Amino acid sequence: MTVLFGQLFTGISIGAVLLLIALGLALTFGQMNVINMAHGEFIMAGAYTTYVLQQTVTAAGWSLLVALPVAFAVAGTMGVLLEVLLIRRLYARPLDTLLVTWGVSLMLQQLARDVFGSPNVQTRAPALLTGNISLPGGLTVANNRLFILALALAAVLALTLALRLTPLGRRIRAVVQNRDLAAVSGIPTARVDRTTFFIGSGLAGVAGVALTLLGPIGPTMGTNLIIDAFLVVVVGGIGQLKGSVIVAFALGVLQATGEYLTTLSVAKVIVFVAIVAFLQWRPQGLFTLRTRSLA
Amino acid sequence: MSQFRGRRILAGAMTLIAAAALTGCGSKTSDEKSTAGVSADVSGDSVKVGLLNSLSGTMAISEVTVRDSIMLAVEEINAAGGVLGKKIVPVGEDGASDWPTFAEKAEKLISQDRVAAVFGCWTSASRKAVKPVFEKNKALLFYPVQYEGLEQSPYIFYTGATTNQQIVPGLDYLKAQGKKSVYLVGSDYVFPRTANKIIKAYAAANGMTVLGEDYAPLGSTEFGTIVNKVRSAKADAVFNTLNGDSNVAFFKEYTSAGLTAASMPVVSVSIAEEEVKGIGTQYLKDQLTAWNYYQTTPGAANQKFVAAYKAKYGADKPTSDPMEAAYVAVYLWKAMVDKAGTFEVEKVRAASGGITYDAPEGLVTVDGPTQHIAKTARIGKVGADGLIAEVWNSGKPITPDPYLKSYPWASGLS
Repeated sequence: MTVLFGQLFTGISIGAVLLLIALGLALTFGQMNVINMAHGEFIMAGAYTTYVLQQTVTAAGWSLLVALPVAFAVAGTMGVLLEVLLIRRLYARPLDTLLVTWGVSLMLQQLARDVFGSPNVQTRAPALLTGNISLPGGLTVANNRLFILALALAAVLALTLALRLTPLGRRIRAVVQNRDLAAVSGIPTARVDRTTFFIGSGLAGVAGVALTLLGPIGPTMGTNLIIDAFLVVVVGGIGQLKGSVIVAFALGVLQATGEYLTTLSVAKVIVFVAIVAFLQWRPQGLFTLRTRSLA
Repeated sequence: MSQFRGRRILAGAMTLIAAAALTGCGSKTSDEKSTAGVSADVSGDSVKVGLLNSLSGTMAISEVTVRDSIMLAVEEINAAGGVLGKKIVPVGEDGASDWPTFAEKAEKLISQDRVAAVFGCWTSASRKAVKPVFEKNKALLFYPVQYEGLEQSPYIFYTGATTNQQIVPGLDYLKAQGKKSVYLVGSDYVFPRTANKIIKAYAAANGMTVLGEDYAPLGSTEFGTIVNKVRSAKADAVFNTLNGDSNVAFFKEYTSAGLTAASMPVVSVSIAEEEVKGIGTQYLKDQLTAWNYYQTTPGAANQKFVAAYKAKYGADKPTSDPMEAAYVAVYLWKAMVDKAGTFEVEKVRAASGGITYDAPEGLVTVDGPTQHIAKTARIGKVGADGLIAEVWNSGKPITPDPYLKSYPWASGLS
């Protein structure tokens, strides 16, 4: 029973990690339909930002808090640069975008290797986040997992509110629904694209900060994450955040349960088979945006 | 419609990436037989050696340091006059953490560069991929990393530990500490699977219980479930054969689950000083490792090695077991060539048996029949300073026994 509950929590927290790494992509890929293969490297940039900040802000707790907004800005700026310099010129050519951003991702990995060296670097987690909370029945819940869960939910909430309530959010949704109509209504679509890309990439940076609590910080960390992130968005459905949220947690729990009953490798197979079966049934993903646009 | 188009393209790209990852794991075994070996080019006043390590990809974290220490040994030998009066010219190739690439680069080093010997490879998968290449061409490979044993190629010298010099002493240590049950965690490839087979045979013969066995794919960084299983199994100790990045995620998860070296110690066989730096002492303090060398190993030879390495690569760079084994490999090759009086592979092999070298890890001796080396086993504990302090050693070099023939409990293996 304890183990079962522990597994449920593990599943939810795997889901939270998936959600966090996929959230930015849900915006840039899900809303703008840009296939950005360098998204994983923006996550890496966020993780390295934490590392660099810890060299100056030495108290681990503070450096982590400071790292969240700074990583958002760093990764966001990288995203804007990528958008302005390359992606903007390729909006009608998804295949070229894919190849170009993949190239960019390889270049960023090599850049990280040249600047920080090939070996992984370490960051110190604040004492508060290395412990765990003991619940009755011998159950423990790791603090860092709780923190990531809270961070993921906060990010979803903030993004949802921003999209629904702010003028910028309205403009983003308008451009997603019908770019041409938005443009003739006087919305500067190019600037909206840039801002959307900034937020989406920035969220990848935030995910990178959170991942320093769980995994390695090295030049190739992004490549391990990018496939999972795309899976969540594709299965969740394009153009909607709630699909990604539901799918992230569902995949997390499926993964954890499968892994507990079998092995990690088999669980991965189970997850992939489930995804393939699901996409056969609903090729458009869990939710789709219904618009009258002819695009 | 454009949305679907984007997704179809994405699906294609993902398939390509996945396929690339999968083929990376398949070993390339070319069975074409060449008529004779390519002999090394030693006509000039220099001799080429090949350096085959991953400088990119997931294994770069470890293999770059091995490359560095091979370079150090080459420079030292050149400064002292070279080998048989010839300067060593290193030819470096990047194996890129991709096993078929290793095979391809090995072929290139042997046939095009005509090197006298190759130093490198880390994962057993890469060694298995290049083995047929070296055997076909009758060329020499010096493999500097501890591995799973059960192998003996006439064209490979193994300067890292085989199982009876690392894993078996690690188990002996746990047994002496009164540990009655272990949980096995490893990466999903040949080394951990073979190591765990050996551990299970040992446990069965020595009254230990194996409470569970879990594998994670190489590069996997999600250890919530495995740590949950380990925790609820309540083993006396964990035997960890994870490799690479997975160790970082595993120990972070382990620590946050409230498990410590005091409550459930972990013995790791792939975590050396360099990896400790990448994981963080916060997560590793007092955990155990099984190796044959630590930066803290006493002795003048090691002091000289550590000082030379730090002078060349920086004071913050630690030295570790595989680096030391790679450094030793170059000196052993030199000693073999000196003894044989020629670079000819068969004569070098014939001269190899019984060669001793006062290595940083202590005295090592080349075992002629197995082409492994006798070395001292050392169990260490990770300290707060990120270095590993020895807590036990085997007292004398252990004769290599890659097939564990001298251990009755291992008779069912191989």
